Amino acid sequence: MTIRFDDPNRPNSYIGRTVPRPNAGRLVAGRGRYVDDITLPRMVHVAFVRSPHAHARIGAIETGEAETLKGVLRVFTGRDLAEVCTPWEGKLLHLEGMKTPPQHPLALDRACWVGEPVVAVVGRTRADAEAGAALVEVEFEPLPVVTDIRTALDPDTPVLHEALGDNLCFRKANEKGEVDRIFAEAHKVVEASFKTARHTGVTLEPRVILVDWNAGDGEMTAHVSNQAPHMLQLLLAGHLDIPESRVRVVCGDVGGSFGVKVHVYPDEVATAAIAKIMERPVKFTSDRMEAFIGDIHARDHEATGRIALDESGKILGFDVDDWTGIGPYSIYPRTSAVEGLQVTNLIGGPYVFDHYRCRTSVVFQNKGICAQYRAVGHPVAVAITEGLVDKAAAEMGIDPIELRRRNLIADDAYPLTTAAGLKLEGLSHHRSLDALVEAMDYEALRAEQKALREKGIHRGIGIASFIELTNPSPFMYGIGGARISAQDGCTVRMDPDGSVVALTGITEQGQGTEAIMAQIVAEAVGVSPQMVRIVTGDTRVTPFGGGTWASRGAGIGGEAALQAGRAVRGQALEVAASMLQAKAGDLDIRDGIVVDAATGEERMALSEVGRVVYFRGDTLPKGLPRELMQTRHFITSNYPYAFTNGVQASYVEVDVETGFVKLLKHWCVEDCGRIINPLLVDEQIRGGIVQGIGAALFEEICYDGEGQILNGTMADYLVPMSGEMPDMIIRHVETPTEESELGAKGAGEAGTAGAPAAVMNAINDAIRPLGGSVTHMPFTPERILRALGTITD
Amino acid sequence: MKASIGGYTRAETVSHALSLLAEANGAGRLLAGGQSLIAALNLGTTSGDMLIDIAGIGALRGARIDGNRLIIGALTRHADIASDPLIAEHAPLLAKAAPLVAHDAIRNRGTIGGSLAYADPAAEYPACAIALDATIILEGPNGTRQVAAQDFFLGLFETARADDEILAAIAVPMAADGERHVIREAARRSGDYALAGLAVVRRDGRHRIGAFALGDRPLLCEGAMAALDGGDIDGAVAALATDVDPTSDTQASAAYRRHLAGVLLRRIAIDLGVG
Amino acid sequence: MTDSFQSRIDLEMTINGEAVELTVPAGRHLIDVLRHDLGLTGSHVGCEHGVCGACTILVDDSTVRGCLTLAAQLQGCEVWTIEGLTEKGVIADLQKAFVERNALQCGYCTPGMLASAKALVEAEGVPSRETIREHMSGNYCRCTGYEAIVDAIETVARQRADETGARSRAGETVAKARAGARS
Repeated sequence: MTIRFDDPNRPNSYIGRTVPRPNAGRLVAGRGRYVDDITLPRMVHVAFVRSPHAHARIGAIETGEAETLKGVLRVFTGRDLAEVCTPWEGKLLHLEGMKTPPQHPLALDRACWVGEPVVAVVGRTRADAEAGAALVEVEFEPLPVVTDIRTALDPDTPVLHEALGDNLCFRKANEKGEVDRIFAEAHKVVEASFKTARHTGVTLEPRVILVDWNAGDGEMTAHVSNQAPHMLQLLLAGHLDIPESRVRVVCGDVGGSFGVKVHVYPDEVATAAIAKIMERPVKFTSDRMEAFIGDIHARDHEATGRIALDESGKILGFDVDDWTGIGPYSIYPRTSAVEGLQVTNLIGGPYVFDHYRCRTSVVFQNKGICAQYRAVGHPVAVAITEGLVDKAAAEMGIDPIELRRRNLIADDAYPLTTAAGLKLEGLSHHRSLDALVEAMDYEALRAEQKALREKGIHRGIGIASFIELTNPSPFMYGIGGARISAQDGCTVRMDPDGSVVALTGITEQGQGTEAIMAQIVAEAVGVSPQMVRIVTGDTRVTPFGGGTWASRGAGIGGEAALQAGRAVRGQALEVAASMLQAKAGDLDIRDGIVVDAATGEERMALSEVGRVVYFRGDTLPKGLPRELMQTRHFITSNYPYAFTNGVQASYVEVDVETGFVKLLKHWCVEDCGRIINPLLVDEQIRGGIVQGIGAALFEEICYDGEGQILNGTMADYLVPMSGEMPDMIIRHVETPTEESELGAKGAGEAGTAGAPAAVMNAINDAIRPLGGSVTHMPFTPERILRALGTITD
Repeated sequence: MKASIGGYTRAETVSHALSLLAEANGAGRLLAGGQSLIAALNLGTTSGDMLIDIAGIGALRGARIDGNRLIIGALTRHADIASDPLIAEHAPLLAKAAPLVAHDAIRNRGTIGGSLAYADPAAEYPACAIALDATIILEGPNGTRQVAAQDFFLGLFETARADDEILAAIAVPMAADGERHVIREAARRSGDYALAGLAVVRRDGRHRIGAFALGDRPLLCEGAMAALDGGDIDGAVAALATDVDPTSDTQASAAYRRHLAGVLLRRIAIDLGVG
Repeated sequence: MTDSFQSRIDLEMTINGEAVELTVPAGRHLIDVLRHDLGLTGSHVGCEHGVCGACTILVDDSTVRGCLTLAAQLQGCEVWTIEGLTEKGVIADLQKAFVERNALQCGYCTPGMLASAKALVEAEGVPSRETIREHMSGNYCRCTGYEAIVDAIETVARQRADETGARSRAGETVAKARAGARS
């Protein structure tokens, strides 16, 4: 039996409907349970002494005064923890030539960025631990620092890690066709340089971990705000020399993640190590200032790009040189090379062309570590691609919508492999663009723009097509030796009252995992979503899985849930058929009732099946399988990734006297395959767009030449707030993946992927008549006025 | 970070607060609404302070008319400044400035006295005080001292208030008929500190301009004022560029802030119907 | 330390309608006392510098930042947190609208959002979307992009206005003042 997704009136048609999230009710009542909400008996708190230098040799560490402070219990240095915790290296075997040195939970000999944890102080309260940390004296001998990306490999730039020989972490070039010849001969070549600023995720709940080591059981339990509990389980076990089976990682409510909480952090591992040493619960709650120097950073790319076109405006090729600085260490275990790698894959993604070159150079520097953050690489690649496409359109006098129509991959051209080497199963660029043009009433908007320009009001329309990588296979990490699971599993269990419990390896950080899993399982089993309870984020009970990242939850975890739910349905029907003297194939389960499939006639409640199986199994035939609990795992196999597509538009007004940009409206049409819950998808897109707008207009971690962070507070690092954000129109095209019965791809990156480019193009559309253009994000009022030549000094 | 303080006590009256300040022997720190002080403690930029909570001193709260002056107690909160009819009538500049300060929850606790005493160069009230030609009333061990606003702000977070004094009130000349008050600022996001701002009072055809976020203290822009008095907008903008002395930071360069000040002045001139 | 200054403070407050007596370190934030001493973990800590709004609660019927307030400052005050507001039912319509509109994702900002929104929907009339955006601009949400939050508040304001028949505009003073003064 297959699900007739095209029939909204089919029985149990929960997939595709807006149903409320089962966990939202308690969150609005203040009944969430985030890690910092948990207090355990004998719990103590840890605070860290962090390096105030970007690069310094660590000399003597004086802890005596701290240790005698009332309320301080223990002080740990890097050497103390090195005895119980092995170092790590964020490398993947398939990333040829990649280098990174070993990293310890607390720096041993050298501190390599401002914020690197050096000493841990344990106190009865966080205030005690902080007071103790303030009394620790560390002798730092400042060393030369590397901060600039483009000069990191110059011969006269100091080498950050001597053992590695140079400051190159990784370099990869992706090339196809005859790029040099094509660009030499092309009718039109357009060039530009681009910068995406260094960002950080700013999850509203800072990172937090509470680790208990129970020596009696020989078991560690880590309550942690994290996206990938099974991954963390294996890594804590490995580095702290505990059997994997004796580490339990529990992720309850998580206050935002966006990729920030999918990595291994030295302060979190240190907390676990300290818990093991002290044999009591230890909590580390990052404060916001620590978050700015301790959480991963991202983006920080500088690129030059060229696009070649023929007379008709047909794109011939792209040629991009991308550089990124990732701090002093590659992140563990995913590596810090992936954002650059994604750029080499994603440039030109929506378009047909034959000639391609993109090189990324990933360099070390004395700043915070960069790593995967929402829409890894996408905003960079889309900004470069769409910035070049729009610039070409302007220079050739072709409407930007029209130029895209001439070049977007045809909707019937799939499957295909792009010049960059991406295998695409099925996308809908043209249908999406058509839907966008209609949703925004493009012609009317252009007319309005023209009319207002005559009155001195400068408005701009920006378009950005994009592709989005979702549902990653083991080709992303597993192939490189990282124990990061690309498969995922779901166990579905029916209880005596006919209600259902589903345990999934996918985790919830607000996306709505619990809601969509409940919908999928409800439809698969044949009960209402209210009859389904979802359990996530506990390595002791959930099937082994990868967690939630790279927009894999719905597509991979969802399919496992669908298949597990179908299996339980089959089991329940087999029992019911036996009880009813009917054929299982003639029965169906609808809204918790076993019915005659043909007529819909009610035959028996599921609760009756549950009663008999669990309490009167003696009345069933001997040998009848009666496991109303089934587990299924799913992994994609036909394609390394399920690509999705979409297109965004931004409408802005630029105050050309002040440089301020007012966001008037934003549109997004995207295709994430089968939509499970329209409301949740829309809000994923909206949230993602605003994160992308943050990149375009506000967000930038600033360092000085000495590697000192200049804006590490929420007052100084500007995130989007409600006052400046626009209303957003969201539309969908649905091209389900055929990899799975569910057909779902991911939707988590789309908004963030396309918004910066759309806003950039809109600003440039507004100011182009005045002779300016901006390509270095964020587009601050000042940068816009400098582009216009209003400010020159 | 957690706030690390040396101690806490409550003052019942101004004289009590003064004696507590003396007792703290230089470590005393007056705590009113706390919206800047506690933030500073949490950021670790100050610690070990002996906090003297003056929020309970009723005499320092609210606005009253005294002759031709409006006296606004130091503990009057931003939310009250924004809604008090007396202030709206007699010192409309302050009523217009209050909503620009941060956000609701901050305005419900933060006080005008705290803002003036803290002397953040990007804050609105100090510039308003200068534009209004207001007087800062200080209470100290030797009695009351009145300091003209333009003499009160000495530098970055630095004022004429002595360590043993309390900023008790601000006295504002009551707005005359036809007097115009305008404040404009440019902030990246609603409620942020401004990148540049101007508070302007036109009284009897003469202008007073207080600039904020355009120097290490609120600045009286005398060059621009003179030009504006003469109806010379271009001259006022040109003069303003030398009246102000902005610094560069991660948000904006000095050059941009200076430019922005000129744009704001032109817009204010239009508001005022000058030129 | 001199005699007049204390490092620990005895307090009496009313919290969620219940009389509470406690002794706290003088420098302890209100939000930490609520969360860790009283177990009222519904209010959250997001930045500890007064910017993000996650710790927004009600003191004497006004919103305040729990991280920019020392518990010591609140002798005799009346404090309401999300737990008490929920129990009392005074924001039940807001909570329902937030759930229906999916105006929360991770939920970490939500109790602070609701505290801020409460004041707006309690004023008479239906605020404009700009007014709602302006009023909520001190509460950070990384997940939703804010539109759903604005929608939910607008819905409740409209419902309440329909119930009371009120027509005047709430919160417009601040929004208008800002609109007029900004660049």
